[in-house]
Amino acid sequence: MGSSLAGYVARRFLILVLSLLIAAVVLFVLLRLLPGDPANALLGVGATPEQIAAARAQVGSDLPLIVQFGQFASSLASFSLGTSFVSNASVLGEIGNRMSVTAPLTLAGFALAILIALPLGIVAAVRGHRWYGAAISVFSQLGIAIPVFWLGILLVSLLAIRWRIFPSGGFPLRGWERPGEAALALALPVLTVSLVIAASLVRYVRASTIDVLSSDYLRTARALGETFPEALIRHGIRNGAVPVVSILGIELATTFLGAVVVEKVFALPGLGSMLLLAIQQRDYPNVQGVLFISTLLVLIVGFVADVLQRLIDPRLRATGAGR
Amino acid sequence: MTVVLSTAPERAVSWTFRIGLALVALHVGVGLLTLVWTPYDPTAMTGGRLSPPSLAHWAGTDRLGRDVFTQVMIGSRIALQVGIGAVAIGAAIGVTIGLLAAFATRWADDALAATLDILIAFPTLLIAMLVVAATEQASLGTAILALGIALSAILARLTRILAKRVILMDYIVAARVSGSSWPSIVVVHILPNIWPTLSVGFALQFGLAVIAEASLSYLGLGAPPPNASWGRILQEAQGTVYTAPFGAIAPGLALVSLSIGVNLLADGLRDLADPLRRGRR
Repeated sequence: MGSSLAGYVARRFLILVLSLLIAAVVLFVLLRLLPGDPANALLGVGATPEQIAAARAQVGSDLPLIVQFGQFASSLASFSLGTSFVSNASVLGEIGNRMSVTAPLTLAGFALAILIALPLGIVAAVRGHRWYGAAISVFSQLGIAIPVFWLGILLVSLLAIRWRIFPSGGFPLRGWERPGEAALALALPVLTVSLVIAASLVRYVRASTIDVLSSDYLRTARALGETFPEALIRHGIRNGAVPVVSILGIELATTFLGAVVVEKVFALPGLGSMLLLAIQQRDYPNVQGVLFISTLLVLIVGFVADVLQRLIDPRLRATGAGR
Repeated sequence: MTVVLSTAPERAVSWTFRIGLALVALHVGVGLLTLVWTPYDPTAMTGGRLSPPSLAHWAGTDRLGRDVFTQVMIGSRIALQVGIGAVAIGAAIGVTIGLLAAFATRWADDALAATLDILIAFPTLLIAMLVVAATEQASLGTAILALGIALSAILARLTRILAKRVILMDYIVAARVSGSSWPSIVVVHILPNIWPTLSVGFALQFGLAVIAEASLSYLGLGAPPPNASWGRILQEAQGTVYTAPFGAIAPGLALVSLSIGVNLLADGLRDLADPLRRGRR
């Protein structure tokens, strides 16, 4: 039993590493093969051919592609993502700074989304025939169609401008030195992200709850004399959690992406604004770095979700199914 | 167990499907209308700056005095262009790769499937941002291309799974034995059989593409100013949200109504494709 789990984790880890490798190649190839030279980032409009050549030499874009990829891969292997073309700052250091905004935003938004979605999803499943059960389904259908940035704009104009409950955007310059101010700055962004994520999460919680409640094993447990709460806790929660955990992995990644967009709405200095600025400035090391770290995080979350699923559900371990 | 056999299969077209169809038809109608007529010249200053909604300007005017409702109408056309274009590109690449994978040797199929899984782990918007970042100048075409590429992995995986299921069927073996070539089998047997489910996938991806394009435009990575994409209108409206909070309402509602319409349509198509699902909701 245990060894099969260890075997699975090892195999799954191999896939993770391979995925990362492929992702690095895809990132590199897409960024280099499409037109546009990274050296343009350093140049003004009327640059002379000599200046262009010098800039290309400086950023290394005059080297053959394969050599450039070698440099990229070797710097990855030494856990370095290079330095920005524009500011010469270490890409990894900058990402670390930005993470102090994006990470709390993502994690708090995700946690709040779960807190909202779990009770709503269960109520929608159990009381689907009542008006509030139906209302929850409509809320979730709406939430899936609403783009996160529009919700952000609406919440700003209502909660920040009209009612003045929250600041409308920005982040304290000194970051988390004053935790209260920083947390208040993140409150509305967190709410925005969590509402959108909760809307799609509700559907899965609802479907999973319906599956559990109509299951044969729950009926059998009841027939064997367990009370409803006992049966639900011993069998229902564990069974119902299996599909939800794999969805949670995907949703955490979506939350992260939502955070990237929401940062623009609220003018937050996080990873998303770093990526946007880097794209505008054609600062390839920064673009590459942010996308690589984002992919890494998404892949790790997927890995953890898959392993967790095996831990919860022994049947998946035995067959190795449901890759 | 109670088996509910539907006694009225003609009622299979549900209300949600009709609402979806109506919403999408509305946007198609408005989009086509803007080709020949708009209430105002979209670039002309037609009223005061940032005037609130009125009879003359249903959604008010923007900071240059242009009619917002006219821009939102044109936005319908652009959103449909984006959805159709992105799904067409995504389908051309994705269905081809998916079919190739389904026919490939086991080794090649496994490799393709694993690669697709990885590409799907990349969120659509990030891939689109990457493609936009790598191209010289942002335009509507770039955004469509970027989204099409981003969608292709999802459609490839869907096609592969569906096609693999059909290939095992007896009638494929029969067609093969009777001398049909693989290309003709694809056209005659596989595509018609996977089409119902595939079209649901197309509809869902259409909705995602519309929202993703709006996000790109909102982030300033979409089509440049003369194009009235809803995302760009919203970006401009946010700049004046203190003085004119109404500016963000109409474009957002338009975006949400098209997205809901397409999602409901996809739900309805799924029910039509799979009769067992009917009446179970």
